[in-house]
Amino acid sequence: MNIHEYQAKELFDRFQVPSPKGKVASSPEEASAAAKEFAGAKLVIKAQVHAGGRGKGHFKNGFKGGVHLIESPEQAAEFAGKMLNETLVTVQTGEEGRLVRKVMIAEAVDITHEYYLAILMDRATCAPIIVASTAGGMSIEDVAHDTPEKIFRQVVHPLLGLQAYEIRKISAELGLAGDIAKQFGKLLSNLYKLFIQCDCSMLEINPLVTTPDGRVLALDAKFGFDDNALYRHPDIVAMRDKEEEDPREVAASEYELNYIGLDGNIACLVNGAGLAMATMDIIKHYGGEPANFLDVGGGASTEQVTAAFKIILGDPNVKGILINIFGGIMDCNVIAEGVIAAAKETGLPIPLVVRLEGNNVEMGKATLAASGLDIVAADNMADGAQKIVKAVG
Amino acid sequence: MAILIDENTKVLVQGITGSFGARHAQLSLDYGTKLVAGVTPGKGGQKFENVVPIFDTVSQAVNETGATASAIFVPPPFAADAILEAMDAGVELIVCITEGIPVMDMMKVKQALKGSKSRLVGPNCPGLVTPGRGEKSHGGCRIGIAPGYIHKRGNVGVVSRSGTLTYEAVFQLTQMGYGQSTCVGIGGDPINGTSHLDVLEMFNNDPETEAIIMIGEIGGTAEVEAARWAKDNCKKPIAGFIAGATAPPGRRMGHAGAIVGGEEDTAQAKKKILAECGITVAETPSEMASALMIAWGK
Repeated sequence: MNIHEYQAKELFDRFQVPSPKGKVASSPEEASAAAKEFAGAKLVIKAQVHAGGRGKGHFKNGFKGGVHLIESPEQAAEFAGKMLNETLVTVQTGEEGRLVRKVMIAEAVDITHEYYLAILMDRATCAPIIVASTAGGMSIEDVAHDTPEKIFRQVVHPLLGLQAYEIRKISAELGLAGDIAKQFGKLLSNLYKLFIQCDCSMLEINPLVTTPDGRVLALDAKFGFDDNALYRHPDIVAMRDKEEEDPREVAASEYELNYIGLDGNIACLVNGAGLAMATMDIIKHYGGEPANFLDVGGGASTEQVTAAFKIILGDPNVKGILINIFGGIMDCNVIAEGVIAAAKETGLPIPLVVRLEGNNVEMGKATLAASGLDIVAADNMADGAQKIVKAVG
Repeated sequence: MAILIDENTKVLVQGITGSFGARHAQLSLDYGTKLVAGVTPGKGGQKFENVVPIFDTVSQAVNETGATASAIFVPPPFAADAILEAMDAGVELIVCITEGIPVMDMMKVKQALKGSKSRLVGPNCPGLVTPGRGEKSHGGCRIGIAPGYIHKRGNVGVVSRSGTLTYEAVFQLTQMGYGQSTCVGIGGDPINGTSHLDVLEMFNNDPETEAIIMIGEIGGTAEVEAARWAKDNCKKPIAGFIAGATAPPGRRMGHAGAIVGGEEDTAQAKKKILAECGITVAETPSEMASALMIAWGK
């Protein structure tokens, strides 16, 4: 789940992680009021979408740039009018772009130095790890590749939490001293609290900046949350913006289906995440392109299979479907009946190959064969993948 | 022999009265597993299917029945507590089936397990099966949710993060006439109790296991560490498969741990390292058993 920039700012404010002043606005009037509130400071207006590359993007109405310096409240209102309810296209949004529903009016800060600071859940040590670098403002992957000596890592003990000496160590590695080091220590300590208390999987500040007037500020942040822990964070769940997500994935999540849209033309419907990944792989192996990842889980109902069918058929790129079920405990005949019910409801305009294996498989296959539907049966995964690849041509 | 569990292992189920736990407790009983106790707080004194005594706490269950292994089916918010309770009661093998436990909870549990006498398998795993010698492998020990009947007693050890891919491999083996010593599902979460390497070591030391299938996926370095260990230490032939070659970077593919993080943990990179370490890598999931036959010279 992703959040907007203004929502990240809300979390920073709540945990007292200093960031530039800012206010969200949904109308030109609100934008103008926010600009008045911050009068005296240099200000920017920023379109709020989940995609990066906003500054260099363009609006479909011809307006250039999703980030602008603003000189006055009147200009804030004028630019907000050109951005709000307009579609912003950036390198990350694709041609369709994203509708801008909110803008943020924020303080434009002068920068003395840019740093990188992140906290991640590290699999290797099963502990939080803090990553810091003096090379801020650029991709950390590039820094790791070109100048690995500029990256400092500190593993935090999972039960003890972040210690004062660890903060001093990181601060020293970044070459911070005096009041700046003190401010940094407070910021990192609060950031760690935010990471733990909000069940984050990743929290990346790039850049973290020092300013000529002696402040330490988190300028841009990226949050990752542990989906498994969202049940205990209704406030974070409320930040979810479904408009920013793939509508197919939103529809799937309503039926507790695990769906991820891809660019290919062969849809697959599988039980189990590992088998679903492997099914995508085998489609590719035989020369096809998977259109999605879809795990219907171990106990899929007829309703879920029907919903899955509708989502698959709603993707105009899809030219064929491969169903791959290993019904270990599940009765294959129940699955067969679910598939038939779904196909009858949605129609079957494209080729469908079904590979069924497991419990009561003979009955399941017989049910499919007797359905009168144009379903191609497959003997195993390889056979199924080859048949669907051939069918879509 | 086999590893971790055999037909004599006494098993308890935490969360035996929930619908998921009850269903699989029944299937384990049907399989011939020595299921000796259930635990559901507040239902102590009752019986599961009129046979298996239910206790309020894991320590009562262990003291009364001598159970040494536990299967956990409790919902995610309570699962970490259930694992710690089993550890506290001295359960040697804790198998956590529950999917969806917060990572922060598992981080703490993992620390707490250090220095204890308990081994955790999972969470988010299908569990373990040591097939029995009876018809359709009846009489074996089944802990978790795997379909017992596809197994056959034999000499191949199977270790995997994914449930359905394990079943696929087991089914392929059984169809070719090769049985399994023990099948271990270690689970699809980023933090788990038992690694591929741990299981390879056990298979290497188990006289009944002659060959091994190791199934992995994108995310993390566990398969790579296991392969590097095996290169120098494992005396037995290994076939491997890595799922997720077509997964887009940065997306979680169902399993919380199945996510391509960087250049190092793509499926292609892992397959390459497995092959360099002498593991026969199956090109497709349809060829896991046949890859093993090549490695094994059968």
